[in-house]
Amino acid sequence: MYRILEKDYLNSTVARIVVDAPLVARKAKPGQFIILRAKADSKRIPLTVSAQDPEQGTVTVIYQVVGAGTMELDTLSAGDSLHDFVGPLGKPSDLEGLQKACVVGGGVGCAIAYPIAKALHEQGCAVHSVIGFRNKDLVLLEDEFRAVSDQLRIVTDDGSYGEKGLVTNALESLIQAGNAYDRVIAIGPLPMMKFVSLLTKKHGIPTVVSMNSVMVDGTGMCGGCRLTVGGEIKFACVDGPEFDGHLVDFDEAASRARMYEEFETRARDEACRLLNREED
Amino acid sequence: MERNMSPDKTPMPVQDPAVRSRNFGEVALGYTYEMAVSEAKRCLNCRHKPCVAGCPVGVDIPAFIGKIAQDDMEGAYLSLLADNALPAICGRVCPQESQCEGVCVRGIKGESVAIGRLERYAADWHRRHTCDIPPRPAPNGCRVAVVGSGPGGLTAAGELAKMGYQVTVYEALHLPGGVLAYGIPEFRLPKHIVQSEIDALRDMGVAIETNVVIGRTLTIDDLFDMGFEAVFAGTGAGLPSFMGVPGESLKGVYSANEYLTRINLMKAYQKNSATPVMMGGRVAVVGGGNVAMDAARCAMRLGADEVSILYRRGMEELPARAEEVAHALEEGVRIVTLTSPICVHGNDRGWVTGIECTEMTLGESDASGRRRPIVKPDSAFTLPVDTVVVAIGTSPNPLLRATTPGLHCDERGRIITDENGMTSRAGVFAGGDAVTGAATVIQAMGAGKQAARAMDRYIRAKRGETE
Ligand SMILES: Cc1cc2nc3c(=O)[nH]c(=O)nc-3n(C[C@H](O)[C@H](O)[C@H](O)COP(=O)(O)OP(=O)(O)OC[C@H]3O[C@@H](n4cnc5c(N)ncnc54)[C@H](O)[C@@H]3O)c2cc1C
Ligand SMILES: Cc1cc2nc3c(=O)[nH]c(=O)nc-3n(C[C@H](O)[C@H](O)[C@H](O)COP(=O)(O)OP(=O)(O)OC[C@H]3O[C@@H](n4cnc5c(N)ncnc54)[C@H](O)[C@@H]3O)c2cc1C
Ligand code: SF4
Ligand code: SF4
Ligand code: FES
Repeated sequence: MYRILEKDYLNSTVARIVVDAPLVARKAKPGQFIILRAKADSKRIPLTVSAQDPEQGTVTVIYQVVGAGTMELDTLSAGDSLHDFVGPLGKPSDLEGLQKACVVGGGVGCAIAYPIAKALHEQGCAVHSVIGFRNKDLVLLEDEFRAVSDQLRIVTDDGSYGEKGLVTNALESLIQAGNAYDRVIAIGPLPMMKFVSLLTKKHGIPTVVSMNSVMVDGTGMCGGCRLTVGGEIKFACVDGPEFDGHLVDFDEAASRARMYEEFETRARDEACRLLNREED
Repeated sequence: MERNMSPDKTPMPVQDPAVRSRNFGEVALGYTYEMAVSEAKRCLNCRHKPCVAGCPVGVDIPAFIGKIAQDDMEGAYLSLLADNALPAICGRVCPQESQCEGVCVRGIKGESVAIGRLERYAADWHRRHTCDIPPRPAPNGCRVAVVGSGPGGLTAAGELAKMGYQVTVYEALHLPGGVLAYGIPEFRLPKHIVQSEIDALRDMGVAIETNVVIGRTLTIDDLFDMGFEAVFAGTGAGLPSFMGVPGESLKGVYSANEYLTRINLMKAYQKNSATPVMMGGRVAVVGGGNVAMDAARCAMRLGADEVSILYRRGMEELPARAEEVAHALEEGVRIVTLTSPICVHGNDRGWVTGIECTEMTLGESDASGRRRPIVKPDSAFTLPVDTVVVAIGTSPNPLLRATTPGLHCDERGRIITDENGMTSRAGVFAGGDAVTGAATVIQAMGAGKQAARAMDRYIRAKRGETE
């Protein structure tokens, strides 16, 4: 069992938990993820390692409540234990030799992007960050990003906070302003990563994206997380989760991400009903 | 003792096909006491015991069957246990017709003795009637690690524990058992049986740590740093192969590993399961081994309207256990032979709509002695389906190899070992599917046992003791 030591909310749907998992804490690096199960019969949920403290033996993950699985996870509080917690999985980000990079995060993808921005900053790389949200209420990790970025641009779809627009607008203006990035690292919803990749391809900037395919085992055993990269089948959990954004088939990935849409809607409604009843 | 000279095996009571094809309860119900004793009396107690040579671990077959005939069930179980640590499992899943039963003398004129069914009977009898926990072996003060909790790893762990080693098993998934837990379905191997074997290991003092991926959570080097004196890698052959045809990434196409993992490990067949799997509709399963049969029979049980197995050779060549093929057919699975997929078709929303295949003919025998399938020109046809399950084989997972410097593998990713089961890394042994490629439960167990003995010799030699 893996105890939740701390829990706080970053916005109305995004929570951060600090979990007692000494073995994972000792090995985790930016870009890697874990898979947890809240209870004995829960689904396996992949979440990115947001921070790790090898001395304390803790791992921090940030999750957005989107469906039945994350709703069930969210019923646990500090002091409760997770049934399973395995990792670190996937390949760490390869950040070697970067001098100037732009980190682009969208929504909860910012939680995945932040440890990368932080690692880049710590290795002396100039970091520009562009983080985008639907509206002001959903903004998260602003202070954390500010602390590790030489320049930070915040955008919202409706202009209720920061600049109005999409992350691609802000990125384009940074590029146009003459910033020569060794690499753009884009993490967020699939359409966002697709359009960032199209933009950077035009400007010839190497781009890395993080692919959150639907996963089961996370060890390369099921192939459910497969995606097409440069015409080849790759498994997101072991070959990734980071890939060359200019080679990923985003449309196929977007289609595959919706495979269980109907089941998910039903499960979410059912979970809502159960949770509401418990509160009555 | 009066011998039973019936030319036929005592039939195995089974669930009615029409009923069982819609539930996950065990298909074969097991012999009654009378059936077991009567079948045991068919064994001739042959002097040359050809059956024993047919068993990869050399179970003393006439000895244990003789005990059943004499109503000494616990004696039969103990006799089995001397060579086979998991008889309840092997009795159910061994391909007996190509092993022990394939060379049984009674099979020359009539049917062989039902060795597997009797093995199951003795093991089940023991589980139902005996609950005393055997005394823990005296510890020898020495720690060893086992990576992977499939039949190979579990057997190695059991053997080492019996010799007094303090054994820790590391398993990547949240549940131990390997393919026994995530691959072979409940209706063929009830999970409580796997669980009771694992409980027995725990009773012997074996520690099982789930949620540890060796290579990621801990490396092989970490294990030595932690004080383990030798390591057994029984990591299996879990990497699924795909067909490499267009359309394989459409929604509705699964590897058999994913399909079976969702169903068995994540219990997707239960009403309130948190993990989804596609149910109903028309299902095509590509392949002809046990894995294909299991996937097809699971599809039936999930309520499919029609299930077709597409196999590129003929009925004779089907590699699956004969009993599983017969059961699948009884349950309404269609086996379409001499057929090979060339493309998966989908609609504009990315869902599978059909699988295009060509017919095959059989040509000359290839290196494996099986006749090579050849494409029949202009024979393409499309089978309309909603789900495709690809069960054309697996190879060893590259994770351990990629994260363990100096661990040599062959060009197909199989770990290379010497005659003692030791790898290119001193103190690291390996066995089972990770070494042979996808094989059988009993072969993995044999390898685990052999490696355990070699590990014991290695550790003693290192400690400068003499045997
Ligand atoms: C490598 C990786 C890292 C991730 N990191 C984070 C993170 O740091 N924070 C965060 O909030 N989310 C992260 N996710 C996404 C997170 O795993 C899903 O939001 C979660 O599994 C949804 O489960 P659910 O039951 O609540 O939602 P559901 O209603 O079941 O699904 C909602 C959507 O989530 C996706 N999803 C569902 N099941 C899975 C699954 N088993 N694996 C992957 N995606 C799935 C699907 O696209 C689906 O449409 C990550 C995913 C991956 C693969
Ligand atoms: C669906 C199906 C049906 C089958 N039916 C039959 C049958 O009827 N009869 C028969 O004899 N054989 C059958 N087989 C084959 C048989 O199950 C295998 O040959 C046997 O299980 C191999 O045993 P193993 O111990 O080598 O590995 P596995 O059973 O594959 O176990 C390996 C274990 O190691 C774990 N692991 C892998 N890498 C790591 C790592 N890096 N760190 C930690 N853990 C790790 C895996 O998660 C897994 O649990 C079937 C196989 C399948 C898939
Ligand atoms: S272990 Fe398998 S091959 Fe050996 S006797 Fe038992 S059923 Fe036959
Ligand atoms: S070959 Fe058949 S009849 Fe002879 S000892 Fe073995 S099981 Fe009995
Ligand atoms: S999640 Fe199963 S192979 Fe990647």
